Amino acid sequence: MESTGTIVVKRGLAQMLKGGVIMDVVTPDHAAIAQEAGAVAVMALERIPADIRAAGGVARMSGIDLIRGIMDAVTIPVMAKVRIGHFAEAQVLQQLGVDYIDESEVLTPADDRYHVDKHAFKTPFVCGARDLGEALRRIAEGAAMIRSKGEAGSGNIVEAVRHMRAIGDAIRDLSVAPKEELVARARELGAPLELVREVAANGRLPVVLFCAGGVATPADAALMMQLGAEGIFVGSGIFKSKDPKRFARAIVDATTHFSEPSVVLEACRSLGMSEAMPGLDVRQLSEAELMAPRGN
Amino acid sequence: MGINPSTPRVGILALQGDVVEHLAAMRSAEVEAVEVKNSRDLTGVDALVIPGGESTTVMKLLNRFSLDRPIVARVRAGMPLWGTCMGMIVAAREVADVAQPTLNLIDVTVRRNAFGRQNESAEMDLSIAVLGEAPFPAIFIRAPWIERCGPGVELLAQRDGHGVMVRQNNVLATSFHPELAGDLRVHRYFLDMLVKQGKKTAAA
Repeated sequence: MESTGTIVVKRGLAQMLKGGVIMDVVTPDHAAIAQEAGAVAVMALERIPADIRAAGGVARMSGIDLIRGIMDAVTIPVMAKVRIGHFAEAQVLQQLGVDYIDESEVLTPADDRYHVDKHAFKTPFVCGARDLGEALRRIAEGAAMIRSKGEAGSGNIVEAVRHMRAIGDAIRDLSVAPKEELVARARELGAPLELVREVAANGRLPVVLFCAGGVATPADAALMMQLGAEGIFVGSGIFKSKDPKRFARAIVDATTHFSEPSVVLEACRSLGMSEAMPGLDVRQLSEAELMAPRGN
Repeated sequence: MGINPSTPRVGILALQGDVVEHLAAMRSAEVEAVEVKNSRDLTGVDALVIPGGESTTVMKLLNRFSLDRPIVARVRAGMPLWGTCMGMIVAAREVADVAQPTLNLIDVTVRRNAFGRQNESAEMDLSIAVLGEAPFPAIFIRAPWIERCGPGVELLAQRDGHGVMVRQNNVLATSFHPELAGDLRVHRYFLDMLVKQGKKTAAA
């Protein structure tokens, strides 16, 4: 008897991606560049977040031919995004056979109250979170992998740092909290008690935690890994830079050897005079322009 | 530096993949386990595990950080090696269909993602004679299978007629992930290979 779509195999694929870089790509050519640079997976989408920001309007699941073309172009896993709460888009991606579904705040939310019931799917989901409560709510809904939200397409690491620190601090708090406090802590976090107990006992999330949202340089990647990320999503940082091939490879190298400054130095040096993507001051963005607060 | 059969130290290749899970499983089997990130780390271990992960990524990193040749030299000189899933692909002689470099440490041809993409990833009980009668809880994640075994390669387990566990002398490879299974019998089998290898080296 073989069982597919179990929690073990859904969480397991994320475990196999640890220590790696997942890159946003918008064409099969991008996907090939990402794979050649050493990406562990690609995120297939029509526009990278910086361009979604610039374009405005409603951002939806990408076209099927585009995703299929990217699946055919590489041997590494392919992820694709659905709007928050849009379970029909997720059904379509599962039918298409993508390897992971990102229920993402980068797209325009389809439901302003509820997320997808991710337990109902065989294909695993990754979801964004700004703090521990949000991460545990997504895991309760069936997410098999969590990423920080950061502020996508900003080229500014400050929000990702805030979210990774918030998650890490809250986990450390729970791991030393007396047992009698856990019911009240679960209420404060807005998360199921069973998951709160599990985090308190193990000192970590029950699923893999990646960083996303604002990574633009090899040093950004090394920073996030040292803050406890188990891997890195790079959205606009590669294909909005002046030299995507070099940036892709340099970010992979810095993620692999994040605690070895001599390797990170070499990764930074390898960029030569190529510039990183232009960044945005997140404080200058209006409430309506911010992506991270979407979904909670 | 000889292998001490009583206190072996197992290295887990730590460039990318489920390294922590392998470290934890080895420690549950009561052996010392350490990360191997560079050739200096490699000199301090008696055996090496190449974990689950992405084979294209790890082959590039092995090459960029000059670990490929030292690993090949150690394994050819007798160091026990175990590859799980990605590790099996990296250790194989060749990959079917795609042009992908490998370390060529075990004479098999593997097919990547042979059981399908993630939706086909599965848990199942496998009967593996060398582990005893009780079935082994095998976890396959976008797993490869073995398409061809060269002479001298022992086929130790099959799934639906496809090879998923093989051994050739000091090299062991599994398509599945015993480090996630909570059953340490494959670990013990590998550690037994290590101890026997150590005795052989000591006698020589």
